[in-house]
Amino acid sequence: MTLNRRIFLGTGAAAAATLGAPAVLADGHGKPRVVVIGGGAGGATAARYIAKDSKGGVDVTLIEPSRTYFTCFFSNLYLGGFKEIDDLGHTYGTLAAKYGINVVHDWAVDVDRDAKTVSLAGGAQLPYDKLILSPGIDFVEGAVDGWSLAAQNAMPHAYKGGSQTELLKAQVAAMPEGGTFAMVAPPNPFRCPPGPYERISMVAHTLKATNPTAKIIVADPKEKFSKMSLFQEGWANHYEGMIDWIGADFGGGAVSVDPAAMTVSIDGEETKVDVCNVIPAMKAGRIAEMAGVTEGNWAPVNAADMSSKADPDVHVLGDASQQGDMPKSGFSANSQAKVCANAVRGALTGSKVFPAKFSNTCWSLIDTNDGVKVGATYEATEEKIAKVDGFISATGESSDLRRATYEESEGWYAGITADMFG
Amino acid sequence: MLRAVFLPAVLAAISVAGAVWAEGFGDAKAGARVFTKCKGCHEIGQGARDRIGPHLNGIFGRRAAAHEGYAYSKSMARAGNDGLIWTAETLGAYVENPRALVSKTRMSFRGLKDAQDRADLLAFLRDYSDNPADVPEAEPTARATDHDVDPAILALKGDAEYGEYLSSECLTCHQQDGSAEGIPSITRWPTEDFVVAMHAYKRKLRPHPVMQMMAGRLNDEEIAALAAYFKDLE
Ligand SMILES: Cc1cc2nc3c(=O)[nH]c(=O)nc-3n(C[C@H](O)[C@H](O)[C@H](O)COP(=O)(O)OP(=O)(O)OC[C@H]3O[C@@H](n4cnc5c(N)ncnc54)[C@H](O)[C@@H]3O)c2cc1C
Repeated sequence: MTLNRRIFLGTGAAAAATLGAPAVLADGHGKPRVVVIGGGAGGATAARYIAKDSKGGVDVTLIEPSRTYFTCFFSNLYLGGFKEIDDLGHTYGTLAAKYGINVVHDWAVDVDRDAKTVSLAGGAQLPYDKLILSPGIDFVEGAVDGWSLAAQNAMPHAYKGGSQTELLKAQVAAMPEGGTFAMVAPPNPFRCPPGPYERISMVAHTLKATNPTAKIIVADPKEKFSKMSLFQEGWANHYEGMIDWIGADFGGGAVSVDPAAMTVSIDGEETKVDVCNVIPAMKAGRIAEMAGVTEGNWAPVNAADMSSKADPDVHVLGDASQQGDMPKSGFSANSQAKVCANAVRGALTGSKVFPAKFSNTCWSLIDTNDGVKVGATYEATEEKIAKVDGFISATGESSDLRRATYEESEGWYAGITADMFG
Repeated sequence: MLRAVFLPAVLAAISVAGAVWAEGFGDAKAGARVFTKCKGCHEIGQGARDRIGPHLNGIFGRRAAAHEGYAYSKSMARAGNDGLIWTAETLGAYVENPRALVSKTRMSFRGLKDAQDRADLLAFLRDYSDNPADVPEAEPTARATDHDVDPAILALKGDAEYGEYLSSECLTCHQQDGSAEGIPSITRWPTEDFVVAMHAYKRKLRPHPVMQMMAGRLNDEEIAALAAYFKDLE
């Protein structure tokens, strides 16, 4: 399959060269056009790589409503006081100025796959030869009994970047002495598998300094979670007696909330809480559903090039995609974007298409200078993105190693944001 | 609260100790042992050549980034232009915390926190500097090649275009502009050093789990391609 493709594309390149027309698929309208929906970890990376590597040969439009993208990655470190909110904000100026990407700050509201156009909330219609969707996540309605988006001020999810994260931090700061912080954790699959538990660590870190008699309860519909033994070791070492994690075996999945009364009921037992962080079940960002490329909650894709199983001219990246073994992370979205960019550019300009390689590493901070990580490499098979090899930090590591791991995560953050935004 | 009060006191103590030692030279023999931390990248002594880092013969009294033939980071070149001269004091500060002195240096080294180690290292380096014409008769103390690689592998000529594609995977963490913040710079290494390092990870001789994993699935041509691409990255 991959081999055939490469041979085919090679021929395409040769043909294009003899005709002196690089735009193999441009259907007589000049430069080939790529529209990218969503300027996050997947979308910004894909837009940048296609524009950069085609050196102006492909018209790239990036649609993103926010002028500043606040990363979810490292937002827990902001809750722990290790980062300022401004450290997490990134703008699109370089993508426009240096790479010539047409950045449109608007919402995509519809996709017509027959006409190959995208409609924007502002009324414009954008034609595309290839469409890339990287809209991140939305929440499954009714996933947590008693909670809806209308309640996100009383009980924030803080699972999309920016104001929700700031709100949650302010609520933690305003907790009364000895108060209670509750989290309703999500079922699999969800963005950033270690995210809720890193958040618990960072909230505990803040409370330990400002409000040491406060309590944290976590209601979890799962029996285990990512890096569980590392987090539990860290919680026992740093925050003894503060965190009560209630897994599925103890009724953690039987939860309802009352945002008006600020109560949480777990397995029939009602508790009054001061802060309640509800992280509901997730699904692909809604525009994927409107484009008709989802099946159930997610958009199935072919592993070799991240193209939708429903349409070879639509690619889905990052959290919204259903690709196989990779966790939904910024690192994964960035990795998938580069494979996709290479394939899209090859299809549109005849450039060489190299075989797909994917990787991911997720760092988490448990307390000051106590960093851990988990990672894996992946390959494309006919059926899915399949895991090849992996590693995870060990319990009982030296404090020097943990500190080096944390410092490495800082390096990663600088690296990936430069790779996304130029 | 306690931390806030406590920290400045500790910092003050450290910088006092630093100041005392930065002026002085310790024991060159002990310094030779400390230098093992530098050997992966730097050669010194007769026949020393530039490797990942420049050779260190005659470093004292030289202006930063002044040694011809070595491609310094922009940041180091700027520091040189700004008048940074390597003295016991500046070199001491640099090895204590490289990025504190030259923010985007390509030298990926966490720093020598121990003042005695720094003083010993400076004494060792000075032995190769006082009389540059009379460099001690000895084997170069460092060969960057700490793990042997089959010469046939070293001889492979990498495809830089393929390297560019493969490099996108590296750039999620390593910075394209060569700066290093918690993750080492990998730009503009001599290809041999790059290939040797990657094969050492691949064979799990070097310890880092992420790099063992990443290198583990690259074949010889792919490693050569990456080395070829990163060598010339501006
Ligand atoms: C608390 C937390 C911690 C995390 N920590 C890490 C970590 O340490 N490491 C890591 O790798 N990952 C981490 N993640 C996960 C990471 O943030 C996501 O996996 C990643 O952002 C996914 O990238 P994406 O491109 O799929 O979506 P996003 O980055 O969310 O980008 C989607 C973009 O699409 C835009 N959009 C949505 N709909 C439309 C529309 N209709 N029209 C136009 N634009 C639209 C949105 O505005 C958004 O900017 C964390 C997540 C959370 C919540």
